[in-house]
Amino acid sequence: MRFRNLTIGQHIPGDSPIHRLDPRTKILGTALLIVLLFSVDGFIGYALVALAVAAVIHLSELPWRFVIRGLRPLMVILLLTVGLNVFLTEGEVLFRLWFLTVTREGLVRGLMMGTRLILLILGTSLLTLTTSPIQLTDGIETLLNPFRRIGVPAHELAMMMTIALRFIPTLLEETEKIMKAQMARGADFQSGGLMQRAKSLIPLLVPLFVSAFRRADELAIAMEARGYRGGQGRTKFRELRFGRIDAVAMVLSVAFTVLVGVLF
Amino acid sequence: MSIRLENVSYRYLEDTPMETTALAEVNLEIGEGEFVGIIGPTGSGKSTLIQHFNGLLLPTSGKVWVDGVDLAHKDTQLRIIRQKVGMVFQYPEHQLFGETVLEDVGFGPQNGGLPAEEVEQRVRRALAYVGLDFEELKDQSPFELSGGQKRRVAIAGVLAMEPSVLILDEPTAGLDPKGREEILDEICALHKERGITVILVSHSMEDVARLVDRLIVMDKGRVVLDGTPVEVFREADTLRELGLGLPQVTELMHELKAKGLAVNTDILTVEAAEEEIARVMGGQR
Ligand SMILES: Nc1ncnc2c1ncn2[C@@H]1O[C@H](COP(=O)(O)OP(=O)(O)OP(=O)(O)O)[C@@H](O)[C@H]1O
Ligand SMILES: [Mg+2]
Repeated sequence: MRFRNLTIGQHIPGDSPIHRLDPRTKILGTALLIVLLFSVDGFIGYALVALAVAAVIHLSELPWRFVIRGLRPLMVILLLTVGLNVFLTEGEVLFRLWFLTVTREGLVRGLMMGTRLILLILGTSLLTLTTSPIQLTDGIETLLNPFRRIGVPAHELAMMMTIALRFIPTLLEETEKIMKAQMARGADFQSGGLMQRAKSLIPLLVPLFVSAFRRADELAIAMEARGYRGGQGRTKFRELRFGRIDAVAMVLSVAFTVLVGVLF
Repeated sequence: MSIRLENVSYRYLEDTPMETTALAEVNLEIGEGEFVGIIGPTGSGKSTLIQHFNGLLLPTSGKVWVDGVDLAHKDTQLRIIRQKVGMVFQYPEHQLFGETVLEDVGFGPQNGGLPAEEVEQRVRRALAYVGLDFEELKDQSPFELSGGQKRRVAIAGVLAMEPSVLILDEPTAGLDPKGREEILDEICALHKERGITVILVSHSMEDVARLVDRLIVMDKGRVVLDGTPVEVFREADTLRELGLGLPQVTELMHELKAKGLAVNTDILTVEAAEEEIARVMGGQR
């Protein structure tokens, strides 16, 4: 149902150059994008970053419409941010709208904040869209490995993330099923006041928790039955490989970040 | 209470790369008091189809009428439709939530706005239908019951709304043979005594052959066969192509015929097979 419109966190398998990149490259690339978005100031800078993001979307061979739709669930936050910036920034007054004043500075800031947010969302959803959850957590685990010495439980964190990511779709599916079953018995999740609605969630939440705990139990038993005992000495079936395509991508992104970051 | 579908198509995840057409141009009419079986291979759209019968899913294109009411019309009160068209999902015990059996089974009628005494009456009747004792169970937690009892309580939760159409999606999946038989017999009794329409999705040829008056075969979102069980099982080749096969006794009769015994192959039960073989063999048992 409506949950399925969320593109953030979804993965669309494919064989584009972006899909083939090592997850570490993509994670670092996304980190660079975030750094860049917060250091760039001015429209030319944003335009260049937008161009770069567009190029990556094109290379990823994902349908544009689908990628853009990932913005929809965050529309409220986006509009709120832009609105607050446009109306609440002091400066040279352009025009008045009822009790709201629009200033030149506000308009500029609102537009920039909006662009920044949009690019941030698009960039991060590109990461998850083109990287399978397993690759993603593998990447994070290897990137965190050097910090193990200072007590960061890299493997455990990665395993927790893998499991959490793996179970998000399952839980959404389960939620949908239970909702349907209760709606078939006349449950109403939409109308009524706040208390009424909170109460109407009980027939949904109780079975959902019961099933989540059942699944957790089953998973723990299945993992132990197959000899899982933490990260020590565990080998990998699919080793991550930092190839030539990654080197090229890395050099390009670092160069782009430095150049755009310094110039604009 | 009749259900009519006209050119109904349904697509999941429309406009995404994962779009799947689960129903394609389905035309169907199910009349009052029928006992209909729906079979088809995994992923053929059975569950999607039945969710159109009470408006849990609305068609991507096409129309559904229940009792002459267009479900997609903006004035249609789906909650009222759902009180009349009861639906038991696969593994219905996964939807249990009440602190007591009484609370859980009473959830449906309560949502229908009935007074407490009437709700209790309905719970009592519904539990009796699935062979459970009201006095013994009403204050127990549904989570402490055995698997088979949980299933019965969950089915009672739908029966308590006293719907005039009852839809069941593989109600016996995961039960032992005795439990399966009992639950199916109870459903059959309900159909006979109260005259309600029953629509049963099943993977078991034996069960549908034994119970239903009309059998609908689905494949790839389409209705490929629709008729009495005897008519449908005459299309043995189509069914085998779909990986569905025939009930074992019917299969046996087909093989006997292939071996040269002039038996009638329109046989659905062991008793009928016994009689037919005896007849052909000249009355000796
Ligand atoms: N919630 C959903 N989201 C996306 N696709 C779905 C969803 N539910 C079903 N489908 C797809 O729709 C098609 C029909 O599924 P459906 O569940 O109706 O089949 P079914 O005949 O009930 O199968 P089964 O015998 O396994 O229960 C399948 O291809 C399935 O993958
Ligand atoms: Mg199904």
